[in-house]
Amino acid sequence: MSTSTATRPETSVEKKSGGFTAAASNYLDERTSISAVVKEFGRKVFPDHWSFLLGEVALYSFVVILLSGTFLTFFFQASMAEVHYDGSYVPLKGVEMSAAMASTLDISFDIRGGLLMRQIHHWAALLFVASIGLHMMRIFFTGAFRKPRELNWVIGFVLFILAMAEGFTGYSLPDDLLSGNGLRIIDGMIKGIPLVGTWISFLLFGGEFPGTAIVGRLYTLHILLLPALVLLFIALHLVFVVVHKHTQFSGPGKTQQNVVGYPVLPVYAAKAGGFFFIVFGVIVLLATFFTINPIWNYGPYDPSPVSAGTQPDWYIGFADGALRLIPPHLEFVLFDRTWSFNILIPLGALGLFIVLAMIYPFIEAWVTGDKREHHILDRPRNAATRTAIGAAGLTFYAGLWAAASSDIIATHFKLTMEGVIHALQFVVIAGPFIAYFITKRICLALQKKDREIVLHGYESGRIIRLPGGEYIEKHEPIDEYQRWKLVSYHDYKPLMIRPNSRGKISVGQRARAALSRWFFEDRIAPPTRGEIEASHHHEDHVEIESSHQNH
Amino acid sequence: MAQDGTSGTELAAAGDHDEAHAVSPGTAVVSSDAVRDPGLPPHRLRVTDTNPKKAKTAERAVYTLFYLSLAGSIFAVAAYMAFPIVPEDLLSVRLNNMFIGIGMTLALLGIGIGAVHWGKALMADHEAIDIRHPVRGTDETRARAVEIFDEANQESGFGRRSLIRNTLIGSLIAFPLPAVVLFRGLAPEGEDPVELLSHTMWEAGTRLARDPDGTPIKASDVTIGSVFHVIPENLPGSEHMLEEKTKAIVLLMRLKPEDLVEEESRKDWSYNGIVAYSKVCTHVGCPVALYEQQTHHLLCPCHQSQFDVANHAAVIFGPAARPLPQLPIAVDDEGYLVAQSDFREPVGPSFWERH
Amino acid sequence: MFRTSRKPRAGRKTGRRSPLASVSLIALGLLLSGGAYALVSSSTAVADTSSTATQATVEEGEKLFQANCATCHGLDLEGSDDGPSLIGVGSAAVDFQVGTGRMPLQAHAPQAPVKPVQFTDDQVNALAQYVASIAPGPSIPEDQYLDAEGDAARGAELFRVNCAMCHNVAGAGGALTEGKYAPALTGVTPSHIYEAMLTGPQNMPVFNDANLTPEDKRDIITALKFQENSTSVGGHPLGALGPVAEGLFLWIAGMGIIVALTVWITARSN
Repeated sequence: MSTSTATRPETSVEKKSGGFTAAASNYLDERTSISAVVKEFGRKVFPDHWSFLLGEVALYSFVVILLSGTFLTFFFQASMAEVHYDGSYVPLKGVEMSAAMASTLDISFDIRGGLLMRQIHHWAALLFVASIGLHMMRIFFTGAFRKPRELNWVIGFVLFILAMAEGFTGYSLPDDLLSGNGLRIIDGMIKGIPLVGTWISFLLFGGEFPGTAIVGRLYTLHILLLPALVLLFIALHLVFVVVHKHTQFSGPGKTQQNVVGYPVLPVYAAKAGGFFFIVFGVIVLLATFFTINPIWNYGPYDPSPVSAGTQPDWYIGFADGALRLIPPHLEFVLFDRTWSFNILIPLGALGLFIVLAMIYPFIEAWVTGDKREHHILDRPRNAATRTAIGAAGLTFYAGLWAAASSDIIATHFKLTMEGVIHALQFVVIAGPFIAYFITKRICLALQKKDREIVLHGYESGRIIRLPGGEYIEKHEPIDEYQRWKLVSYHDYKPLMIRPNSRGKISVGQRARAALSRWFFEDRIAPPTRGEIEASHHHEDHVEIESSHQNH
Repeated sequence: MAQDGTSGTELAAAGDHDEAHAVSPGTAVVSSDAVRDPGLPPHRLRVTDTNPKKAKTAERAVYTLFYLSLAGSIFAVAAYMAFPIVPEDLLSVRLNNMFIGIGMTLALLGIGIGAVHWGKALMADHEAIDIRHPVRGTDETRARAVEIFDEANQESGFGRRSLIRNTLIGSLIAFPLPAVVLFRGLAPEGEDPVELLSHTMWEAGTRLARDPDGTPIKASDVTIGSVFHVIPENLPGSEHMLEEKTKAIVLLMRLKPEDLVEEESRKDWSYNGIVAYSKVCTHVGCPVALYEQQTHHLLCPCHQSQFDVANHAAVIFGPAARPLPQLPIAVDDEGYLVAQSDFREPVGPSFWERH
Repeated sequence: MFRTSRKPRAGRKTGRRSPLASVSLIALGLLLSGGAYALVSSSTAVADTSSTATQATVEEGEKLFQANCATCHGLDLEGSDDGPSLIGVGSAAVDFQVGTGRMPLQAHAPQAPVKPVQFTDDQVNALAQYVASIAPGPSIPEDQYLDAEGDAARGAELFRVNCAMCHNVAGAGGALTEGKYAPALTGVTPSHIYEAMLTGPQNMPVFNDANLTPEDKRDIITALKFQENSTSVGGHPLGALGPVAEGLFLWIAGMGIIVALTVWITARSN
């Protein structure tokens, strides 16, 4: 979307008057036919909602990462050759470390603005993954992944995983004590994979852990392969945003066939372009005043020491937490081979979680059987089961995430770490069910409330005494624009099982019907015109009656 | 873009929008009695539209912000020069980065907030409407696409000449294989990871030495309640130092002999209540270095596995499955602690071929 | 019984003296007695060389001990079910435990927390001299090792190998098992850091002079004090707790600001 804004300002060929702008535009158009692009996209409409900007935060922080990262590459040496540090930081003077660590320290202490750039890069990376996460939550809870956007959800999901990979490879580059222990954990996890684990680790590290190859290899991934993939998938992602046009929330005048909002030129360009600078500015603000990853505290990697509170960056936390929550002794020797279920169970659970989240759009499409395009977003309450599933998934993720800081939770809330871990084991296993149930009930209650408001108006706060001595609160009807927001949603009913052409009910049919029942049996239909009229009629009647009695 | 007034009156739930194609709504309930869309609400003017004074104020705010941004950029450049880094002076590092950062923040937020304010308060804000078209191509386009594929198939004989097709598919599958083989070169040849993982530097007579200096440890140095972080004496300066250290690190502790539970077969692996255990977690390999001298528990700071030193370093909590391997130790003629042999099992995280 | 505490805590000590209350302390006593054994035996390596104790201070210390410590540690330091024996723990242990306010113990807890110190420096010294006069043990360190002017680079390396796994590389503290914790090291005096290494209070292991020489300990103190007193070059250190604090801060502050701004950007102007 905003990638195309950069080329636009100088291209208004419509200008008939001469002058430099017109000449330049003419020159360009005769060689690029760019007027067609301006015609096509210059007045393209984007709807306005705060949550629609979360994806932009991700895009912009990625641009910041590219800019700051390029600066860092000019100074960073991705080498594990041993050097004796001879820079400005006294408590590491003369200490043997890798060139990677020493050059990172030089960036931090001996290059003007270097530490600022390092901190910009790292804060932007944390923000990048966080905004992707929030953006995904928005997409999920509003149903924006429905046809025709299922594939774009998958592309976005791949981007999320690529972002985590970018983050982890970057975290490991300075070769400090924290990242070295992180790599050690990865090594241990890989070794736990049956059949191929030992060899994958051996190949990855170029021999035994830690070897002298890993930093250089991760560097290639970090600055070449992964960013190229991220860029490719961002481009795909944005192409589809253009092809599909942006979704919009339901509202008066907003239909499945239109997009209501602001045109790219000028309003959207000003807002989105300005927002890039705002995101960049906030990242620089964080980097100016808040330390991130002070590698000089950690010192160079050495296999023997470790720091209390050794954790990965937040986005890998869920995986680290999963490793922590496994109870003891889940490792067996079978057929003369070692089966490390203490590693396989978390790996499998995370893999399953990720795959389920990635294919969720297809599952829901299969259950509803709805083949229509959906451009109007759901309010989360109106898709109660989906919202509840999302809440359950988030609870599962949050439990794992919190587990990665079990030791810090224990010390800061004066708890025992064993207690924290047991509690989080409960959260991860039982929490999703509880969250599912509570969320679904809340959604249905909100839907009922909406229905009440549509049928009987909102509570005005005005109390009226009826002639019989009874007090009632006057309900005011809502206007048609507000009402439209509350009634314009899709509603599905559970699937009835029907025999197929050969008179049989297939297993797939049964499964689909069961899922459909689970999704939609508690449905609350939007009020119809008839119902609204009936209810108004009834209320008028009451009112007439009461005013009549007043005489 | 078109100022639209017609499409606003569509039915809500009944809306099935792929005009020419009747697409299944699945189990969606399509009500004929659904509430009608009232259409776009009337446009509301902003104060800047109606009050020229306010518009002027907004204009002033926008260019002031841009001026501020300009000042910020200049400030950052000035700070770069005015606050140089003085070697070994951490305060100078702080000031340099902070003032450059403040300048950049001002520069960026000035542009950003200014542009957004401009867009919000001053640019025309009438709602615009784009019309959507179904994502699927039109019937003609689709028919033409199918036709093209058919023609291509005819002209190439892709479907007809099945042997050509199948051998092509086969060769396409095979051609990346050399690349897979090439990646074998990632790790040195002639080395067997299983063999390497199964042995450490420790051998009979290797002295236990302090980490990181490598000074040997006398049994009499190890008082009750002490913990020593231990490496083999010959580790410093050895080849593949870090790889060997990764496997060879050991924790040396002394317990009261009566606190120590010892299997019959391991009775002579300790000396006077002094025991040595691998410091590498059997879970995923972090250094299990947190020793509690009263409870005799060892804790891994990465995933909270706990081991009971008094009882063969057995796992008592956390994700680890196996006890830490014990290094059999003895004392040499000069009173220094030495290893009796290498570890009797591979140290560190489990791996497939461990057994 | 008389109170010597300058900031008396009403009822606490009386409570502890009651035979009923002592029942609840038995479990704690059992926990601590293990440490007592450790302390006793660790003393064999280091002899008490300090002989500055005058008879007068020892006598004052004895009185203070009888009044404030003897209930749990016994009239002759022999210990009881409520507290470990103090024979041979030396003046260093007393100076650490009483000088940081950990002793006298107030309540049952997984470990003795730091509290406001209950005695004057002279009284702490008197107690230390008295305990040291009964049996030799590690003594209060000499000033030459406490000047924090050793080799910071070497000290930092020793700190990482021997201390950082519990106390965190930045000395921010960390969790131990069953509610115990390694305290933060910022704001702790050099002598208390030294004494802690020497005596291994509570569950901390002992780092006797054969393990970390007095010079090593001086280097470690130097590194810690350098870290504590030097400017944080990157800005606010966020508790020096590592990625968890950073991630939390990003989500709450960073994301908070960004989301607030998105709301502002898309809100319709008045």
